[in-house]
Amino acid sequence: MLAQLLQFSFSGLTVGATYALAALGFTLIYNASHVINFAQGEFIMIGGMLAVFLVGLGVPLPFAIVLAVAVAALVGVLMEKLAIEPVGRGDTLALVIVTIGVSLVLRGAVQVWLGKGSHALPSFSGDAPILIGGAALMPQSLWVLATSAAVVVALAWFFERTLAGKAMLATAINRTAAELVGIDTDRVLRVSFALSAALGALGGILITPITLTSFDVGIMLGLKGFAAAVVGGLGSGLGAIVGGLLVGLIEAFCAGWLSSSYKDAVPFVLILFILFFLPSGLFGPKTTERV
Amino acid sequence: MTNRITSLVGLAIVTAVVAIIPFVAPNSFYLDLAIRTGINAVVVLGLNLLIGFAGQISLGHAGFIGLGAFASAVLPTHFGWHPLAAMAAGSLAAGALAAVVARPIFRLRGHYLAMATLGLGIIVNIVLRNEAQWTGGPDGMPVPAMTLFGIDVVSDRQWYWIVGALLLVSIWASLNLIDSPFGRAMRALHGSEVAARVVGVDVTRYKVAVFVMSAMFAGLMGSVTAHYVGFVSPALADFGHSVELLTMVVVGGMASVFGSVVGAVLLTALPQLLATLEGWETVAYGAVLVLCMIFLPKGLVPTLAARFERRRR
Repeated sequence: MLAQLLQFSFSGLTVGATYALAALGFTLIYNASHVINFAQGEFIMIGGMLAVFLVGLGVPLPFAIVLAVAVAALVGVLMEKLAIEPVGRGDTLALVIVTIGVSLVLRGAVQVWLGKGSHALPSFSGDAPILIGGAALMPQSLWVLATSAAVVVALAWFFERTLAGKAMLATAINRTAAELVGIDTDRVLRVSFALSAALGALGGILITPITLTSFDVGIMLGLKGFAAAVVGGLGSGLGAIVGGLLVGLIEAFCAGWLSSSYKDAVPFVLILFILFFLPSGLFGPKTTERV
Repeated sequence: MTNRITSLVGLAIVTAVVAIIPFVAPNSFYLDLAIRTGINAVVVLGLNLLIGFAGQISLGHAGFIGLGAFASAVLPTHFGWHPLAAMAAGSLAAGALAAVVARPIFRLRGHYLAMATLGLGIIVNIVLRNEAQWTGGPDGMPVPAMTLFGIDVVSDRQWYWIVGALLLVSIWASLNLIDSPFGRAMRALHGSEVAARVVGVDVTRYKVAVFVMSAMFAGLMGSVTAHYVGFVSPALADFGHSVELLTMVVVGGMASVFGSVVGAVLLTALPQLLATLEGWETVAYGAVLVLCMIFLPKGLVPTLAARFERRRR
């Protein structure tokens, strides 16, 4: 029983960490622009697929990872420059539709370029499971969890200690006020896209040795990351992390105890539940509106 | 008044086109394309009422189509229902589900309906894929023929006239709806929600009503699709299909009745042109969405109409 509990927790936390990275990506862009970026999942896919492609070319794994994350970040900036900026800031609905359009372009382009097959990456440090309390923990899970934790710490440092990070926080709190004190909010938006693309891509690479990747994994992973962000409270960084882990855990326990065929429905049932009973999520800001 | 005339002229043009197509279509491929265009157009009309007038996007309309389609497949096959009863049940079920979800959602401000419908559509899709003993699972299942007054409706021609008639009735109903007190309230709502509230429009009730209506349109057309094709699969209810419908609204023009029809015509034909280029189809859809939002943010029909107006003056 305890072994089972541990086993489900391990797998839940592992996928949950990926969802958390995706959810942080959603949060960054949402805070900078109030746009829900439906292309977030495609960054996850691009990360995994590019890493597989580069490793296939003979690039050593660490370089392949860095390169894939960098390319994804570049794609994020290009997306902001070419698709988001021309639409302008006013119309959130139009911007959300644009992100759906970009996601289709990215997914289709990768399908044309790299084909429809599923691909795997080798585990970063072997496949010998570590036995803890009767449950098997894969070394790759440790990589996922440790890297995600490191990223969270780095982000916290970035937002607390650096000028660029503080500028982003200020923009999230009140854009007009931020502009008045001289913050270039357009640049903040570009940085948000670069960062969230990089976060998504990193998550995509980390999870690929466990779950495989293909041109269409972005849809589900992105939507689940979005569910995690909603559960945690859209706009809250802490909420994104807790939401991601929570969604991963509930999914794993549902797969283990109830029905593995319905585990994919878990995040979406959670979205509805949260919207009905707790619209600002677990840690979301309470909003009041002035007319 | 000119508005009214423009609408009638538009309706007359669509009627003429619908009447002519079967006589000029060179082969059954074009008739099939026309039928599927008509089905999409009716769904898009309903979706456009929601997006254009309530200012809310639905990312789960394919879920309602799936409900209608599978009601027409499952109820007659497993429970011996009459296909017409099953069709009504499918449409009502879609409407009821929409109502249950909409009430709590529309109390909130912001794009929460997008999130809720997204979740709803995916849940419907997952249920259809998993309940294989009823729905045939991912492979889908055959649909019994529709019988009207003791006659089996099976030929493409028969379905063409049914879909054509449904399309014309929907256009006519939408035009009337927009001109009714209900439509005026919806437009006020779109202009300024606060102002609408102040002059006494029950904002939540109207939004729920328009959402339920568009879900019922989608459910009904799901049934029609099921009977016309003779086969249903869960792909009808997937997220990609919802996005296709959204694209049709955006390209044709939000809040434009004839824009819905134009959007459906263009984007039902587009995949046919790109069918041989796998993957490019997705790229093209995405590019159309992005370019439309950048260069034609109001959509094709309203933009062209405005240009035409200006030139006349």
